Amino acid sequence: MWKQPSPANSSFNEFNTFPLPQTQRGQSSHAHHGPVGHTQQPLVTGTSVLGLKYEGGVMIAADNLASYGSLARFRDIQRLHPLGKHTLLGVAGDMSDFQWLKKELDALLREEDALALTDSHPSLSPKNIYELLSNLFYARRSKMNPVWNAVLVGGWDKVKQESFLAYVDLLGTTYTAPTLATGFGAHLAQPLLREAYEAKAGIDGNGPLLTKEEAEKVLEDCMKVLFYRDARSLNKYQIATITSEGVSISDSKSADTYWKFAEGLRGYGAQTQ
Amino acid sequence: MALYHNAPMAHSQEPTAAPIEHRFNPYSDNGGSILAISGKDFSVIAGDTRQSEGYNIQTRYARKVWQLTDKAVLATNGFAADGNNFVKRVKQRLEWYEHAHHKPMGLKSIARMIQTMLYGKRFFPYYVYNILGGIEEDGSGAVYSFDPVGSYEREACRAAGAAQSLIQPFLDNQIYFKNQQPEPGSQPFIPGNLPLATVLSLVVDSFTSATERHIEVGDGMEIYIVMNKGRTTDDLLGEGKLQKGMQIEELGALGEGSGERTFLVRQALKRD
Amino acid sequence: MVCHIPFFFRNSYDSDNTTFSPQGKLFQVEYALEAVKQGSAAIGLRSKNHAVLLTLKRSTGELATYQKKLIRIDDHVGVAIAGLTSDARVLSNFMRQQAMRSRMTFGRAIPVGRIVQSIADRAQTNTQEYGRRPYGVGFLVIGQDETGPHLYEFSPSGTAFEYYAHSIGARSQSAKTYLEKNFESFEDAPLAELINHGLSALHDTLQQDKSLSLHNTSIAIIGPPDAEIENLAQSAAAKRGNFRVWENEGVEELLKAWRRSRGEPEDGPQEEQPAAQPSAEQAQSAEGSENAPAGAPAGGEDVTMEEQ
Repeated sequence: MWKQPSPANSSFNEFNTFPLPQTQRGQSSHAHHGPVGHTQQPLVTGTSVLGLKYEGGVMIAADNLASYGSLARFRDIQRLHPLGKHTLLGVAGDMSDFQWLKKELDALLREEDALALTDSHPSLSPKNIYELLSNLFYARRSKMNPVWNAVLVGGWDKVKQESFLAYVDLLGTTYTAPTLATGFGAHLAQPLLREAYEAKAGIDGNGPLLTKEEAEKVLEDCMKVLFYRDARSLNKYQIATITSEGVSISDSKSADTYWKFAEGLRGYGAQTQ
Repeated sequence: MALYHNAPMAHSQEPTAAPIEHRFNPYSDNGGSILAISGKDFSVIAGDTRQSEGYNIQTRYARKVWQLTDKAVLATNGFAADGNNFVKRVKQRLEWYEHAHHKPMGLKSIARMIQTMLYGKRFFPYYVYNILGGIEEDGSGAVYSFDPVGSYEREACRAAGAAQSLIQPFLDNQIYFKNQQPEPGSQPFIPGNLPLATVLSLVVDSFTSATERHIEVGDGMEIYIVMNKGRTTDDLLGEGKLQKGMQIEELGALGEGSGERTFLVRQALKRD
Repeated sequence: MVCHIPFFFRNSYDSDNTTFSPQGKLFQVEYALEAVKQGSAAIGLRSKNHAVLLTLKRSTGELATYQKKLIRIDDHVGVAIAGLTSDARVLSNFMRQQAMRSRMTFGRAIPVGRIVQSIADRAQTNTQEYGRRPYGVGFLVIGQDETGPHLYEFSPSGTAFEYYAHSIGARSQSAKTYLEKNFESFEDAPLAELINHGLSALHDTLQQDKSLSLHNTSIAIIGPPDAEIENLAQSAAAKRGNFRVWENEGVEELLKAWRRSRGEPEDGPQEEQPAAQPSAEQAQSAEGSENAPAGAPAGGEDVTMEEQ
């Protein structure tokens, strides 16, 4: 989803198939005085994030992998980040942008907490945080300096007493739906999530929602499908649940996978006949 | 997308030592369609609620039509992020206008303001097609349509978005009576005078047809009806006036309420 | 009173707002507080569901309109002013910006205490930076947020305090006396009763020969509407429980209800009406310069200043 990184000053294209045109350093004044290079590309990336509303809350799932191109570079990073008591981000895309985002938002929430000491006003709701993120992402894309992420915001709205789930990405595109998925998940998992959701709630969402157990089962199935087919995924993931009680993030877990069939495959790999 | 590729921000042609990369593309197309039709003393503004990117449906409910004042409704279509942020800025400007003048901005002034705001980003445009509908100061129904950089005109009707090429010819025929011949001796056709019931069924037919033939249109439809003050509502609220499956609500006045009324009709569209 | 300065001495500590006098006073700030007192009265009170503002409007003469004293900031915040109208416009504009910024960036109505604190902080810098002057205006701010309705006072000294009930401006001490006597019943009072208390307090700030009329009285409300006393057809803001102002014909019913509650004739004492109503632009200068002959404290002798 997020392409191969091409290292800074690389003299080859991103697939190492042809050399890029070069000028001698210092020879051309354009080399260093060209237009300010806001444009970036993602380097260390996280893949799909899934989100699903269920009875009494919302769940967000993401695996623990941060890839460097096709290299599974960091295999124990957490891509689920709680903000305050009732909000959680699930982040795909560039992991350094994600870390910057965490830092900024944590600082903002600390400031809010400090203000609340004097006026006891409730802290930012999931919707408030989502609105801020949307503005931030759109402002940065408009400066041609995008925050290279796709983010799911899950939360519990204390005023309306209902769950919150929404998406925002590097273009500033925003939307909300009872089931959401980023990246490959939008292709592979979203149809499964919608199917499970609509089986009970109906197409207008008026029926009963999935139970906690059902929701968790669907997400685990989806994470397995993604692990089977998304080469940038890892069979080690976490699921966060956000309810009126607050945020809880599971320990890392794995899906039971079945690879026996691989031995019977012919035409790929290193088999001799 | 043509807009973006022609944008005058292209790299210099000279080779550079800096890494070459695919340039970040700040635009996307989120599909969907909008349309508006004006009547003598009402205006109808509608849009579907699907938001997509490529072959992915992002959501089945995203708003594209917005009530701005008691007399003005704006529909946006194109790049959704631009659309949402543009509407936000328009509403901001309307609030400051009201602070300064103690009255809401009139429809034709909103239209001119939208031109100015769009052209203000001529060299990094809002990739959005806008259609503004509502009630003019003289009480007539009006529709204004815009291109992304601010060219605009007042029309009797307009369709825009993914299914513009499907819907506009239909409206040309049904609203502007193109390729129709009046019966010998009968009144000549005058666009913009159709009864509300006719207009509503044209809107519904436009969207159900576009849903059939265009993959980016569907899921749901929101139809805003703005009525001039004192106009009867019998042809909308009367028994049996709405088609099956339609839900209607009246949107309460935003301002001090000078008598115009805005109604919102929702209907499901096919989801495939 | 703190600023009884012998006029035959030059006060060498009042030409620069950043320099303390040996008594620990910033005289320019003290003078700014005087400007507030010269403005006509504004009263605020709140219950557990509502916050209301009541103001006494003045006109600069027979040919002038009555100067507006209530300003809408946002759906959930509004202010009453006493002092220099032009300074009030600068500050209320700033408040509108803050309110809109919060709505735009967070989609949240700004918490009332924080918007008041933002102008208080602004006013404070004027007392500490050389070459500036304090604002010559005081505000009563009402608003509602997730913690309920609120009433705050902002003063040019850079302070913002929250109150159950409060009054500022000319002869506001009389109103304060009334409010102090009655405030314990405000918390549970229905809207109509709250307004009646406010009008009674406002009435106490009047000079002997004056009375409350639809020309000089304006009332702002925040909180759920009461169809008994408010004309909801006239105001979408009222229907939504947002900040709304009742004045001129709109305040008549409220005044009548108040007079009835006091056992007075509903139509009130008949006084002569102003000859004409020129445009608002003509009465822009000092909001309360009229009745106050130069040098005399407009509020009368009962105005004292609190030491903070």
